[in-house]
Amino acid sequence: MTIEGCVWTCGDHVDTDAIIPARYLNVSTAEALAVHCFEDVDAEFAGKAAAEEEPRIIVAGQNFGCGSSREHAPLAIKGVGVSCVIAKSFARIFYRNAINIGLPILVCAAAVEGAEAGDRLCIDLGAGTITNVTRGETYETPPFPGFIMDIIDAGGLVAYTRQQA
Amino acid sequence: MGHTLAEKIIAAHRVDGAQGDDANGRGVSPGDHVQARVDVVLANDITAPIAIREFRRLDDGQGSLSGRVFDPERVVLVADHFTPNKDIKSAEQCRVLRKFAQEQGLPHHYDVGRAGIEHVLLPEQGLVAPGDLVVGADSHTCTYGALGAFATGMGSTDIGVAMATGQVWLRVPETMRIVYTGKLRRWVGGKDLILETIGRIGVSGALYQTMEFAGPVVKSLSMAARFTMSNMAIEAGGKAGLFDIDETTREYVGRRVERAYTAYRADQDAEYSRFLEIDVSQLDPVVALPHLPDNVRPVGEIGEIEIDQAVIGSCTNGRLEDLRIAAEVLRRRRVAPHVRCIVIPGTQQVYLDAVREGLVEVFIEAGGVVSTPTCGPCLGGHMGVLAAGERAVSTTNRNFRGRMGDSASEVYLSGPAVAAASAVAGRIVHPDAL
Repeated sequence: MTIEGCVWTCGDHVDTDAIIPARYLNVSTAEALAVHCFEDVDAEFAGKAAAEEEPRIIVAGQNFGCGSSREHAPLAIKGVGVSCVIAKSFARIFYRNAINIGLPILVCAAAVEGAEAGDRLCIDLGAGTITNVTRGETYETPPFPGFIMDIIDAGGLVAYTRQQA
Repeated sequence: MGHTLAEKIIAAHRVDGAQGDDANGRGVSPGDHVQARVDVVLANDITAPIAIREFRRLDDGQGSLSGRVFDPERVVLVADHFTPNKDIKSAEQCRVLRKFAQEQGLPHHYDVGRAGIEHVLLPEQGLVAPGDLVVGADSHTCTYGALGAFATGMGSTDIGVAMATGQVWLRVPETMRIVYTGKLRRWVGGKDLILETIGRIGVSGALYQTMEFAGPVVKSLSMAARFTMSNMAIEAGGKAGLFDIDETTREYVGRRVERAYTAYRADQDAEYSRFLEIDVSQLDPVVALPHLPDNVRPVGEIGEIEIDQAVIGSCTNGRLEDLRIAAEVLRRRRVAPHVRCIVIPGTQQVYLDAVREGLVEVFIEAGGVVSTPTCGPCLGGHMGVLAAGERAVSTTNRNFRGRMGDSASEVYLSGPAVAAASAVAGRIVHPDAL
């Protein structure tokens, strides 16, 4: 699976209230949530992300997605067209949720440190490589455990579970 | 090799021979990925709609995914976050739960009238037992660790699949052991202990780990205090926050849980990722300053912080004991005129007990208000939202930017004694300062 996009950076401990404010948790589709993605952090994020030609890739510090378990958070990110999230580390519920809904994520501190806003990245999820095309650097990430890669390949937990049943 | 409490519970629930399996069944190790049977699956009014949608997508009309939940007795739905319905969309979400519960024949659907804040309600109703493996579509599901259950929060898709299959995949976490020694001072309770702990290790200090709370101080803690501590394991990034089962647990559970259970204990030679010792003798009540739960200071060292609102309640501190502590401070005192003091009992039973003990009268006569059980203001939903520039002291569990309302508002986390004292003083104070 190859993923491309342009870097949008954020810092450490970006919580799920920041990703999707609680006042929008009375809706549940990716489309409805996407327009409010990061609304209180950057009111123009959703509009710009939708308008840009290249999908955004979120590049984040430690503990991305901490706080509430709301699946609305990765849904909003996926719905707004973000193609991948790369972080130094993920909060554990966000990590699971992203895999379960088919939002590609990778842990790679080196890639995060080497990236700046606007850089173009090319990611091979199966091989675990992140190429910063703008800077000519390639980074490697540890592979996902086998069955987690199966969930990712199937497109999410529901599709995977149907296959297994 | 010995095992931690979490490892034992997970090993007892595994259903597969996945990676890391020991052919002799001698247990699981941190880092193993396993498929596990769950005892209880939980969701609420904001997370169940997605879970139910994903549950329905599983049903392909054939094979073993039948469109029925794996066990109607083990699926719990609680309408607590945006209830009583805060707006039309919330009303529609609650209706989704109601219809699903009817269709599936779920006896444990808690709607307005029976409902309470889920993590106060489930233990009260005896729905979780020691040794259980519990997953919930709410990050504070870790609360049930106080009962010696491995309980962890997940997202709606995980819960939708668990409702169908009765199973989840888990990575076995490392366990860190936190030992509390010394003697608690007056007004210092479970909330102060867990805030102090998070303050020391940071909001990702227990990332992916189980926190085991131990030591002589723990034995003297009430169940309410233990629930408070386990509740906030997630605020340090923890996967679960467990207490060993003791007489206090057995007494609590004995009156409430009808089914048989297994009380596991950590082995003496279990392996831990980290030990942390906290001497509580010098601990004062603490406050978590905006905008992270690890921004913790003793209440006497934060300067003059004027407040507009005090919230006493939530899955963290909405139990009868918490209300008694708040009432002790508020009795024969008045809330400062510019402060809105909002008290939210965690369940109908807590509310009724508070009425019968005269606590509700104390709150109202002091100039506070008392709400039906709801999560409400904790996540900026309703029943006490903040405008730009406003400040609240709150017994809730998160103080991220914008958590309780406008992104230019501030939330200070504390236990019920400090919250009540601050409501009187109009600024954040130690109860002894009144």
